[in-house]
Amino acid sequence: MKRTFMKGCEAIAEAAVRSGCRFFAGYPITPQNEIPEYFARRLPEVGGQFVQGESEVASISMVYGAAQTGTRAMTSSSSCGISLKSEGISYCASAHVPIVYANISRGGPGVGTIQPAQQDYFQATKASGNGGFRMMVFAPSTVQEAADMTYAAFDYAQRDRNPVLILADGVLGAIIEPVVLPPMRPDEEVSAMKKAQRSWALVGHDPAKEPRSFIEPGHWSIQEQEQSCKDNAALYDSWEKDAQEESLMIDDAEIVIAAYGISGRIARSAVSLLRKDGVKVGMIRPKTVSPFPEKAFDKLNYKRVKAILDVEMSIPAQMVYDVRLAVKDRCPIETCLRSGGEVIRREEIIASVRALSKA
Amino acid sequence: MEKVYGRTAAIQKDMVSSLCPGCMHSTMFKLIGEVLEKLDILSRTASVFGIGCCGLGMQYITYDNVTAPHGRACAVATGVKRSTPETIVYTYQGDGDLASIGLGETISAANRGENITVIFVNNGIYGMTGGQMAPTTLVGMKASTAPGGRNPKEHGYPLHMCEILNQLTAPVYLERCTCNTPANVIKTRKAIEKAFQNQIQGAGFSMVEVVTSCPTNWGLDPIESLKFLEEKMLTEFPLGVYRDRQEA
Ligand SMILES: Cc1ncc(C[n+]2csc(CCOP(=O)(O)OP(=O)(O)O)c2C)c(N)n1
Ligand code: SF4
Repeated sequence: MKRTFMKGCEAIAEAAVRSGCRFFAGYPITPQNEIPEYFARRLPEVGGQFVQGESEVASISMVYGAAQTGTRAMTSSSSCGISLKSEGISYCASAHVPIVYANISRGGPGVGTIQPAQQDYFQATKASGNGGFRMMVFAPSTVQEAADMTYAAFDYAQRDRNPVLILADGVLGAIIEPVVLPPMRPDEEVSAMKKAQRSWALVGHDPAKEPRSFIEPGHWSIQEQEQSCKDNAALYDSWEKDAQEESLMIDDAEIVIAAYGISGRIARSAVSLLRKDGVKVGMIRPKTVSPFPEKAFDKLNYKRVKAILDVEMSIPAQMVYDVRLAVKDRCPIETCLRSGGEVIRREEIIASVRALSKA
Repeated sequence: MEKVYGRTAAIQKDMVSSLCPGCMHSTMFKLIGEVLEKLDILSRTASVFGIGCCGLGMQYITYDNVTAPHGRACAVATGVKRSTPETIVYTYQGDGDLASIGLGETISAANRGENITVIFVNNGIYGMTGGQMAPTTLVGMKASTAPGGRNPKEHGYPLHMCEILNQLTAPVYLERCTCNTPANVIKTRKAIEKAFQNQIQGAGFSMVEVVTSCPTNWGLDPIESLKFLEEKMLTEFPLGVYRDRQEA
């Protein structure tokens, strides 16, 4: 296994190419510029296409178009740019067009700050566009996870004919770490994957011989629209099995941290320091924030657990609502929050845990 | 007896049109279908329709189709064409779609010289949503959102897409046609054919603008609409070839 040093953004782009991604369109925005820049260099080497779109709105529409041909296609942006993509993402979800996109998120609503934050949780998991659709959302906490999750995201997107989101942040996008890259899919496999989509793909069909490709982001008939909503709901329900999380030292834990992505990474190091001091602390780190790994919270021993500490780089807290649903009032839930581009400090988490464990 | 004219295989046989009497969208769907058949590209064509009455054709045609988000057809077509160059890709868009909400996507695709065919149906009004002012609405022409008529002081002037795109270097073919007489219908078909031929040859961006009527939202009957089109619309939007790089 060859290990290489790579920036988070670049590992995401390379993993996408290795998974068979042959089309990327995007618009510049910090802190994710290294993703389009990497694709601009890399895609021509593998016979793919890179387009710098005139806007995020146009870029996601280009990806909607490319993915309709059965080509694995991706876009990326950050926070306010992701808002602009919501139109096209909703179209992809409605028309069953499989795409992958990454949000290397930044601080606050509006243009916010360019520094890292986790302020887009609701947007990512609850309403990434109009119409009540849902997506699988992966939340990496290391460059390795970012690469592995991006690689797998294309397969999930294809399996479900639905968009998949990689929800990362400015730290993960910029950090350089050793990574073992997933294997490069050979060209023959990539073109076979594309050909396998031909029956529904927008590549041209002979009307005299076969059904046409008819990609519908909406329906004229209300019965068909309702049926489509029902089919989507069944798909979303089927994801319970796909929920992923890391449960760390929860067996004897009295305080359990709930944290994802970059917060989860910092919290992990807080857990190991606290354990050295004999503090019984553990962590549940959702790796998929949609579907949310609710079942992991059922495995806690609530006779022992004094409190859950929800740690997020978001003010107000957002994931805490999913944590509440999962905990079902079985113990109190407290929060430890930073935002605006302030990266949460390990010491802040340690202090919060100590305060709870003494209480 | 020799059959000299038949229904195009690009239009479904069993559909009842929901377009209004006198609407030229139906003529356009037929002309495009005839061209696709003539060039023998029906089986490898992907149509990208805008949102509006222009999009109603999705139900009538027999070949591949997708609806783009309102205004984004040129961006969607860019993605389809770049990822699958052997597929023939065209957009079909109204004036609200192409020249208002999608103005950025249209100009940018033209400026990149995307190898696609754009069919732009300019009826001077928002059809589907019920007669609101379009970027191509004539000065003085009444619209539901400009009840006193388009007033340049408040609304500016009609947008001329062929002329605007003619400022760019990349497009290869820009022509404005109409469908008010049999002769003009034949001219429009020729223009459409050329726009597709350009794409087959890999020449680049072609747009055919077709000035049409919307009797329903103009508040005129089909015959009066033709008169309005000839006297008013064609004065504001002169017919002709604005750019033909292939010819040059
Ligand atoms: C984002 C968005 N905004 C608005 C609409 C509503 N809408 C539907 S069709 C249309 C305009 C249609 O006018 P035009 O493009 O001129 O086409 P026509 O109906 O005249 O063929 C609008 C604004 C929409 N579907 N999506
Ligand atoms: S409203 Fe206008 S554009 Fe729409 S179908 Fe009727 S005549 Fe045609």
